[in-house]
Formats: sequence, structure tokens, C-alpha cells
Amino acid sequence: MYKFYTNISQIAGDVITVEAEGVGYSDIAEVSTQRGMSLAQVIRLDGKRVSLQVFAGSRGISTGDKVRFLGHPMRIASGDNLLGRIFNGSGAPLDKGPTLSENMIDIAGPPVNPVKRIIPNKMVRTGIPMIDVFNSLVVSQKLPIFSIAGEPYNELLARIAIQAEADIIILGGMGLKHDDYLFFRDTLEEQGALGRSIFFIHTAANPTVECLLVPDISLAVAEQFALNGKRVLVLLTDMTNFADALKEISITMEQVPSNRGYPGDLYSQLAARYEKAVDFEGAGSITILAATTMPGDDVTHPVPDNTGYITEGQFYLKGGVIEPFGSLSRLKQQVNGKTRSDHRIIMDTMIQLFANYRSTLEKRAMGFKMSSWDNKLLKYGRLFEKEMMSLEVNIPLEKALDRGWEIMAECFTSEETGIKSSMVEKYWPKK
Amino acid sequence: MAVKRIGHIVKISGNMVAVETDAFIVQNEVTYILHNQERLKSEVIRVRGKRAEMQVYESTAGLKVGEKVEFTNELLSVELGPGLLGQIFDGLQNPLPHIAEQCGFFLKRGIYLEALPDETEWEFTPLVNVGDILRCSDKLGWVPEKIFKHYIMVPFHLAGALKVISIAKKGKYNLKDPVAKLQDESGKQYQAYLQQIWPVKIPIQAYSERLKPGEPLVTKMRLIDSLFPVARGGTYCIPGPFGSGKTVLQQLTSRHAQVDIVIIAACGERAGEVVETLKTFPKISDPRTGRPLSDRTVIICNTSSMPVAARESSVYTAVTIAEYYRQMGLNVLLLADSTSRWAQAMREMSGRLEEIPGEEAFPAYLESRIASFYERAGMVRLHDGSCGSVTIGGTISPAGGNFEEPVTQATLKVVGAFHGLARERSDARRYPAIDPLISWSKYKSFIDEKQMLRGHQILRKSHDVSQMMKVVGEEGTSLEDYIDYLKGEFFDFVYLQQNAYDEVDEAAPAERQKYIFNFIYNILETEFVFTDKEEALKFFQKLRQQFRGWNSAAWDTPDFKRSEEEVSNTIKEKVKNKNQESNV
Repeated sequence: MYKFYTNISQIAGDVITVEAEGVGYSDIAEVSTQRGMSLAQVIRLDGKRVSLQVFAGSRGISTGDKVRFLGHPMRIASGDNLLGRIFNGSGAPLDKGPTLSENMIDIAGPPVNPVKRIIPNKMVRTGIPMIDVFNSLVVSQKLPIFSIAGEPYNELLARIAIQAEADIIILGGMGLKHDDYLFFRDTLEEQGALGRSIFFIHTAANPTVECLLVPDISLAVAEQFALNGKRVLVLLTDMTNFADALKEISITMEQVPSNRGYPGDLYSQLAARYEKAVDFEGAGSITILAATTMPGDDVTHPVPDNTGYITEGQFYLKGGVIEPFGSLSRLKQQVNGKTRSDHRIIMDTMIQLFANYRSTLEKRAMGFKMSSWDNKLLKYGRLFEKEMMSLEVNIPLEKALDRGWEIMAECFTSEETGIKSSMVEKYWPKK
Repeated sequence: MAVKRIGHIVKISGNMVAVETDAFIVQNEVTYILHNQERLKSEVIRVRGKRAEMQVYESTAGLKVGEKVEFTNELLSVELGPGLLGQIFDGLQNPLPHIAEQCGFFLKRGIYLEALPDETEWEFTPLVNVGDILRCSDKLGWVPEKIFKHYIMVPFHLAGALKVISIAKKGKYNLKDPVAKLQDESGKQYQAYLQQIWPVKIPIQAYSERLKPGEPLVTKMRLIDSLFPVARGGTYCIPGPFGSGKTVLQQLTSRHAQVDIVIIAACGERAGEVVETLKTFPKISDPRTGRPLSDRTVIICNTSSMPVAARESSVYTAVTIAEYYRQMGLNVLLLADSTSRWAQAMREMSGRLEEIPGEEAFPAYLESRIASFYERAGMVRLHDGSCGSVTIGGTISPAGGNFEEPVTQATLKVVGAFHGLARERSDARRYPAIDPLISWSKYKSFIDEKQMLRGHQILRKSHDVSQMMKVVGEEGTSLEDYIDYLKGEFFDFVYLQQNAYDEVDEAAPAERQKYIFNFIYNILETEFVFTDKEEALKFFQKLRQQFRGWNSAAWDTPDFKRSEEEVSNTIKEKVKNKNQESNV
């Protein structure tokens, strides 16, 4: 019943152009080649000329190959059957399980009406003081981990995934090293979390276009679970690879690049994905944690830069620790007023003192004499790094707050910290 | 009635659709794409021969070449009338709560609802008599809307002298009932209704003159009001890298600013922020009126995942509504967050049109668009002698936090105040993170000018000394310089910084600001004598702690007096010490 089109007139990059009629924008087509079949998506219509991006890449496509339009946008199966399964970027199984076709849903669906969202108000406890105390993670937050190649961002993602309370974990891997993919699988399996996880994996060896689909597929499936009342945690790693795939396609399509070759709509493209994070009024939620590697540790690079404007803060992972400067959870104020009355005071004061410690370090590096105040700061900084910043520390929030007071009392008088007298009376450790 | 003009789609690329038609085409007219049962709103943005290129205000998924397009001959317009206050619209003025009632969680495409419900009846009181001669925008009568007298005005598009032929009696009318009949000089008659329609991209200019903005607009943010003030009818911009607190600053301003009406245009930003505003405003009461803040607020939201083209129109929708309320003699504040997203929407469209790109691929007309948007702010004298104002404050999200980029630079040319946010300040948790060393304002503050200059001066001095100390170290700095450094830091800590999560500290009224600024001025002018730097540091640390307590004590309470005394005593002790020393 579907018509085949055979006149492929152009092949450039992973984009092919075919002459056809009655094709819908962003519909899916099947391209049959000698090497097998691949899905492709319509990305431009110009008269009869239809441009498609081929998910499996254009290598080996001949101008005589057949294209069949399916008349619908990209779809993916959804529901409980997906749990514990591993798929590639176009939804085909990578494990030994069967292909699924129940409850097919369109990917990249319409945006959520803002009035149907609720104000995020539930804290996600992770046991990591740099997150719980200083930048609390909140249900429905979208938060990237800004990092550099070589840093343990995938380990951090996996650890948060296991320790955070979530009904379902969805991992979207983009340009993932095969080792990293195995690491995620094994870690979640060891911790008994694989049964509530779904993997959509695009490894570095797979065609670029498939990389583009991973976030959409992951989030479409997540949305379905969230609508059914589930709390879903979506891990996306690495979003820089996603942006690079966007760049590749847009350059192939001869679009005017805006900044370092990235398309002008990079912000909107990233936002369309991250904005899927939501706490539905009367249903479940989606929380998104993503890894964004910064080329050359440059936060002004277009990918981390645009990401930072979209997301509700970021964790800055550098030197194996979450840096207090540059890390931010914009939603922390929604929850940290309800934990313990000293939470905000500890958060603000300890960071301000740590900033002073950093400038003292600078001073020392330049060979200046250390005043007694400087020495106090140095002592404080060392304690802070060891007992708060280290990712080895795994203690609940309340313990971390108590420890914060102790560290400050070990190093300073209460006046030196600038903390309001009423709080000092209540919490300052008495010796 | 002219024949309906029809065209057919020939090209689709992202949210840009090209149409060919044999009929005439009007630039910027609204068109509808007919796709199955859906009607998708679009706007013509370029005409080339028989081909019209349009931006589609919806997702273009599934559209096909050859599908029909209807032309309407109307420019993109908004509905103006009672019932706007407290509403939440998208960029095309669709009421989002009503859409949610119809469609549930998601924004279904092709659903357009009336901005103002027709059936609501309003109690109309006429203010003119038959035979009166009026001009456009003159008041015909009023209806009560929330706490305001919402004036029903002569339609803005009418020109010349208009004679009242008939006027409705006091009573209940709905939006589409005619309330007056007017006749122009040529004898042509017009009906006036409670509502009127106005194209968003054309400024409403029905006033007698534009005045120079002078009177300060109090935001209750000390750093802004005292050092970098904003004037009623003025413009200002807040550029800053991500995470430096632009949005928190805008939210605080929307809550505390002393104006009649606040219009919030959430343009291409996070939905979460809008949610916070729209869920909390109905619960926060406005201290001046005792009514919920939502009663004086209109939210236009087109968040980042909503269609890009509607993002472009959202700022125009917002400013048109602001101008409408200004015509009633009210002071309106428009907060646009963020104008960079609006500029990016223009860039996206320009790219799709394959226009020759300017700097960073922004279109060449970026500057003139930004300028004409900010020029819609202003203090005006209306025909009846009363004044109204629109103040515009826009945030900018510069790429890489670098202010040298096209949007920031184009904006700086046309605004009256610049509040530049600095990453260093926000990293050090010094909020609001407005950098006092780079910011400026052309408007007048309510703080005494001499005192204000002293404030600026000590900040600069303190910064210089701290830079110098980095090179020569503390020991290489003279005690005198060191004290200036501490004074600057003290001023920053207790006055410029404000705790947005402290009930009292988050909003400082003008009266309090004047009083405290004067108090601090005296401290800055006092010559303290310390034996060494250590003592000086200790003294200012103590003072800072006490002052912070004072900042959280409500104005004119015993607590306030007690804190003041405490601070004064600390200072007196130091000054007394000095006197004793000089006696020795």
C-alpha cells in the first residue's frame, strides 16, 4: 500500500534527497539498501524534493535505492515491557530480547502547558554533602554535570541514580564509549537497579544521526511513565555529543552557523529536550541529570553556555570533586528552607569562607606572609575539602550540617563567621 | 467582503513555510495553514513575487507540500479590554489556563481561544454625554477591574475630532456590546465596545506628548535604587551570565516595584520560573493594596520549549498590553526575560530565510528591532492632562557571559540604566550580583547626590586596594588604605547585598534606604584609628554582623531601634577610644 520512491537525487553527509509527493514534514521513511534497511526522517520539503536524514548513515546508499514513507513521525514502544531492556538510538533492541511494538507513542511530542506544572518542592537526597547541603537536587529538576573528558562524571551519574529515590531510571547514552555503557549496565545490575532501568544507547561507533534520537526517545518513554504517576530519573550522557551531531547535520544542510559552527537554534533544540523535565499536577515527574563535557574546560563554549541558560543550575565536576564555585542548583531554595533552620546559614557562610580560603591560597602562592586570619582560613579550607567536598563522603544531610558547625567552630570564633547572633546561640557548638 | 485568498505550500524548512498564491499578499498578515482538521496560525514575513514566506507559530510536523493556506488581511493583534489582569497568556494571547481545561497537560497545536471571555458582564459607568467632542483614547466611561477603574476609551485607531452620537447608560455590558456611537468630521460613524483590537507591532501613540522620565521607580532593591536607579517611563537592562541571578532579580522586582501594573514577559526561558510566579502571586498580598499580587499582574509566557515564532511575538504582545494600561494613566512595568531569546528567535527565522547574516549570525536588523522595542517605553501626558508610563526592564543572556556580543551592545545603546551582573559576585554569593564597578544609570536617585558619589568612590577605592593587595600583599598596604578597603567591603556587605530569602531584608522601602544610607555615609566619613590591621578587621567584622541583624529588623519597630543602638554603640566605642588616645 505504500509507494516506493527510487529517484534519490542527492547524497551529502547523512542526508539524502529524493523526489516524492504527499510527504509530511518530519515523517519517517524506510530506506532499503543492499546492506539492509534503515529508518530516515524528513528534515526539509522543497517542492518535490524531500531531504531525509538517514539514521544508519548514508554510507553505501545508491541512487537507485528504494525509499518508502511510513506517513507518521518517529515512534517508540512504551510501557512496563521496556523495563530492564537495552535499545539503540532508533529503538531496536541491543540485548537479546524481542522487538517491542506495544503502545507506540510519537517522540518529540508537544510541550507541557506551564499552568499544569507544579512548583518543584521535593528534595532528592543523594548522601553527597556538596549536593545535599550546598546545591540540593529537587524532583523535576534538570541539571547537567559540567565536566571535562577524563573526569568521573559517569560514575557520579551512576551513583546519584542508585542513591536517589526514583521509580524508574532511563539512561540515554550518546556517543558513549562501549566501556562506559558496560560500566552503567554492570553498576546498575550490581545494585539491583537494572530491573527498573531502561537503556537507550548510542555508542561512538554508531551513526551520528541515531545520536540525535536518543534524548527524544528516552524522554518520550519517560513522559509516558510520568503520566502514569511514576517518578522517573533520566540520565543523559553526553549532551555535548548530541550538540555535535546537531552541528554535523545542520552544516550538511547548509544552514548558516551561528557560533563555532553550531546552528542558531542550538538553544531551542537543547531546551526542547531539557524542558521535558516536569512535575505533573496530579501525576508523576521527570528529573533530568545530564553530562555535558566542556571542550577545553571552557564554560563559555556554546554547548555548556547554552545549556547553563536552560537548566536549573549545574554541577561542576573538576579534579574529581564537585566545585562549590560554578556549581549551582537554582531550585535549592524551594527545599532547603524546609529541611533544618540552619541549612541556608551553613550553605551561605561556609561557601563565603571557602571563597576567602581560595584567595588566601592565591596570596600564599605569591609568597605573601600569612596573617593569623589567613592561617585560620587555611585550616578551615583543608577541613572543608576533606570532610565536605570529597566525593568519598557519604552522609545524610543532617549529619553534614552538624559537621559544618563543628568545622567552623574548630577554626573560627562565631563573630568571624558573620553569622546572625540568633543562629549562633542556637547552633554554635559549645565546648 | 473580498474573496478569500488562498495559497498552497511549496516549501517547508523548520518553522518556515513558503506559500505560492495568485492573489495579492500583505506583509505581516496572519495566515492559517489548513492541515486535516487543524488550522495553524502563521505570519507572512517576506514576499517575493507570488511566493510568501511565513513563520509558523506552531510545530510544522506532518505538514505537506500542496496543503492549503488562507490569508486573512489582518496583522497579528491582541484583544484589549477588562479582564486582562491576573491572566496568563502565551505569546499569541491564548489564555493558558483555559487551554489546560480543554487539552489537559499538553499544549495541543492549532488551538486558539479568545483572550478575554465574551460572556463576562462588566458594570459600565459612562463619563461623557451625547454631543461631546472627543479624541482617540479619550475616556468614554469605566468598568471596575480588580482594584482599578478600567477606562473604556475611544478606539485608538480613530483620527480627528469625534462627536458622541450615543452613549450607553450605566449598567451591565459584555465585551462585545456597543457602548458608544461616535461620528467623525466626515460624518462617518463608528461603534465603540468595552474591548478593542490593536496590532502588536505598532506602538499606541494616542497621547499629547512624551515626557522625560524623571521620578524614580522604587524597586526596593538597595543597590538599584540607591546607586543605579530606574526612572518611571525609563528603560534598563540586566545582562549576566547564566546562574548570576537575573531571574531572581526580575522576580523580586515584579513583587516589590512600586508601580500600578506589572507585565511579565517570560520569553524563551524555563517554564519552571513562570510556574513559580503564577502559583505564588495569587497567594502573596501586595502591601499597598492588601490584594493578591496577581491582581495587578499579567503574565505572557512563551517558554523555551514552546514554538519559536510565538516567542518573537510575545514581547510585542506584552508591550502592547502595557501601553494599553498606560493610556488609563497608570504606571506600568514591563519585565522581559530574556530579550536574548527573542533575538535568537529572530536569528533562527533569518537563517531559515537564508538572509545574509550579521555578527554571530544575528540578522542585520537586530539593532533597529531592539531599539524600537525599548522606545515603546516612556512617560506620556495623555490628552486629559494625566500621565501614564511604561517602564521596560529586559534581561540579556549573553553568550559566554561576554558583554561584547551583539544583543548586549545593541541594547546598551538604547537603555537608560545598565545593571551588569558579574559571575565573580554570584560565585562569592554576593547577591544581587550587580557589579557596581561596571553598572551605570542616567536617572536620578532619591539618595543625596553627594552621599551617593561617596558610595561609588569608596567601592572603587576598595576595589583598587584589594587589587593592589594581591600584588604587594597585606603587609605592603598602608593601614589607611586597608581601612578604606574594609569600609568598601563593609558597604558592600551590609548595604549592596540583600538577602532575598529574609522577609524584611528582601525589600527595603525608599524611606529606610535614605535613613540607612545616611547612617553608612557617616561611618564612611568617620576617621577610625586602629593600632593594626587585625584590630580594624575585627572591628568591621563585628560591625557587619550587627548590621546584618539590623537589616532583618522591620522598619520602625523596637527591634529596629535596638539594633541601631547596638551598631551605634560599637562605633561610639571606637571613636571614644580614639578620643582617649588623642588625650594621652
